[in-house]
Amino acid sequence: MSTSQAPHASQAEERETTEGKVYTVTGGDWDEVAQAAAQADDERIIVNMGPQHPSTHGVLRLILEIDGETVTEARCGIGYLHTGIEKNLEYRTWTQGTTFVTRMDYLTPFFNETAYCMAVEKLLGIQDDVPDRANVIRVLMMELNRISSHLVALATGGMELGATTIMIYGFRDRELVLDLYELITGLRMNHAYIRPGGLAQDLPPGAVDAVRAFVKTMRKNLPEYDALATGNPIFKARLKDVGHLDLAGCMALGATGPVLRSAGLPHDLRKSDPYCGYENYDFEVATADSCDSYGRFLIRLEEMRQSLRIVEQCLDRLEPGPVMVGDKKIAWPAQLALGPDGLGNSLDHIKKIMGTSMEALIHHFKLVTEGFRVPPGQTYAAVESPKGELGVHAVSDGGTRPYRVHFRDPSFTNLQAMAAMCEGGQVADVIVAVASLDPVMGGVDR
Amino acid sequence: MSDKNHANGAAPDGVNPDQDLNAQNLPGQRGDHGEVIGVRRGMFGADSGGDTSGYGRLVRTVRLPGASSRPYGGPPGREPYFDEVADELEGALEEQDLLPENAIEKTVVDRGDLTFHIAREHLVRVARTLRDDPALRFELCTGVSAVHFPGDKGRELHAVYHLRSITHNRLVRLEVTAPDSDPHIPSLVEVYPTNDWHEREAYDFFGLIFDGHPALTRIMMPDDWQGFPQRKDYPLGGIPVEYKGAQIPAPDQRRSYH
Repeated sequence: MSTSQAPHASQAEERETTEGKVYTVTGGDWDEVAQAAAQADDERIIVNMGPQHPSTHGVLRLILEIDGETVTEARCGIGYLHTGIEKNLEYRTWTQGTTFVTRMDYLTPFFNETAYCMAVEKLLGIQDDVPDRANVIRVLMMELNRISSHLVALATGGMELGATTIMIYGFRDRELVLDLYELITGLRMNHAYIRPGGLAQDLPPGAVDAVRAFVKTMRKNLPEYDALATGNPIFKARLKDVGHLDLAGCMALGATGPVLRSAGLPHDLRKSDPYCGYENYDFEVATADSCDSYGRFLIRLEEMRQSLRIVEQCLDRLEPGPVMVGDKKIAWPAQLALGPDGLGNSLDHIKKIMGTSMEALIHHFKLVTEGFRVPPGQTYAAVESPKGELGVHAVSDGGTRPYRVHFRDPSFTNLQAMAAMCEGGQVADVIVAVASLDPVMGGVDR
Repeated sequence: MSDKNHANGAAPDGVNPDQDLNAQNLPGQRGDHGEVIGVRRGMFGADSGGDTSGYGRLVRTVRLPGASSRPYGGPPGREPYFDEVADELEGALEEQDLLPENAIEKTVVDRGDLTFHIAREHLVRVARTLRDDPALRFELCTGVSAVHFPGDKGRELHAVYHLRSITHNRLVRLEVTAPDSDPHIPSLVEVYPTNDWHEREAYDFFGLIFDGHPALTRIMMPDDWQGFPQRKDYPLGGIPVEYKGAQIPAPDQRRSYH
């Protein structure tokens, strides 16, 4: 230790010991130190925002180092919503896995289910056997889901700015989509509707008309967001040039989805690596070149319009046919039916297995309790979720249960960009930047 | 193979225990191709309770797909590009005075995916080559996914990276292994900064230590958590639940098919 430069060394009592010179620092001089610290114009403080804060978009903890109103450093604390879904999957059959993955990013259940089922189908080698009707309905549900997810992004983003009207409008329109989910799958959230090999069940009567009516309503409602926000000077002032992340930053940080497209790169897995028959649909990839939150807002609005186009094309492409692969060793035998208390086995099927065919009963029992075996190996399946590239790495050891399933959730990856977007900006802009990333903590923490 | 061997549950060395050489009408077997990562016995996960089904004597070798030979082909429905990527990568490594066979342990093509198994000491160099070489240009890393294979002796921990090239619209997978006794893998954060959180996640759940990571701390679990929850030797946990007077064991204790 160098002693000659130590502050207040001259005032401190010193004595020689066998260990060397020892200073005894007591009393008085601490007041000076405290006073000097109080007088310094260094206003640096650390603020913990969250994990329970209405503006942090779920249980996200932001740790901000603040100098006045400027954020000098920003870090995320995550993990508050970790539920061990990936571990749990390893103790259930491949089919039961859909009921878990649908709960990951709870605002994009159909994307989670589709990505997971595509991975299982790739492992089984049946991806080409999935019937056309099942693929069309998957696309239909995913695009409806893109609309509902983006509506929540706009609604919560608006609320965080104090624009409660946008919130009310967003949740009003999302409710219409949830009504469609309820009609088609029986549930508003956590559907487990898409299954390895196809779908749990076909569209119920009246679904096509209901979706058409929704498209008509939505076409009427979407311009309201433009009228409310797009040209609104206050809204623009809050979003423009906030949360800046350019293309190089996006690539380095792995940001995908609207964040990447706001940097001008029209990268969309639906176009570059089509799945579920996306190559047959006519739609545009929305981009912006502003690299900021306003650009992401415009992209989300445009993607909703494009999704409506795809939904209409889906309705036109629907042909009667099966919605599950023909292989009876994979497809659950029951034609499920929507009863007054939710989704269940159809009465006809129960009549058949209980009354006439013991073999069918055994088969049903074996397939439901034991499940199907998946040949050993690994695969990666990715879909373009509303937040970006949602990838599933699935590993099988030849058993009836997944050996390992890992979700590359876009919210998790995109949230890393928070620091790059916020540092050097204002505290109030942190809220806008995080909202423009649209992280959903259920997906981030899984 | 004699019945005696079955009864002991031990197969002589070099003999595939699930292949009955005397059988005539068995479906095609995968044979000895692939990598053995374990042997499964019985039909059910739990071995408590008397097994009266006879399935308890089943012996099944678990094999992952092994090395592929040329030509590697491509993903279904696409222009084949695997050979081109492999050639470019090997050529680029040679230019850096690195023998490709030292860096790339093997190349596996399975289910339309191309996987390079990389020796861990060369991982960073290979990743940088894949990112920077104009003919490869894998700009986007989708993170790392770890897998724990307790039966794969000496290579228990696998780290799997998926790299996407937006320029060429391609996807490759890198796989790196480390033993449980020395769970170290070089960090890719300097090449792909996006791997920061992904590597922290793999460390948190598997105990994989990424050398060179700027701040390798837990990310999901609490900081003072003991153990690495997604390893296969870490129990799922849970408590028995009573249902109509009977005790239903926790999911990982339950008798179930596997």
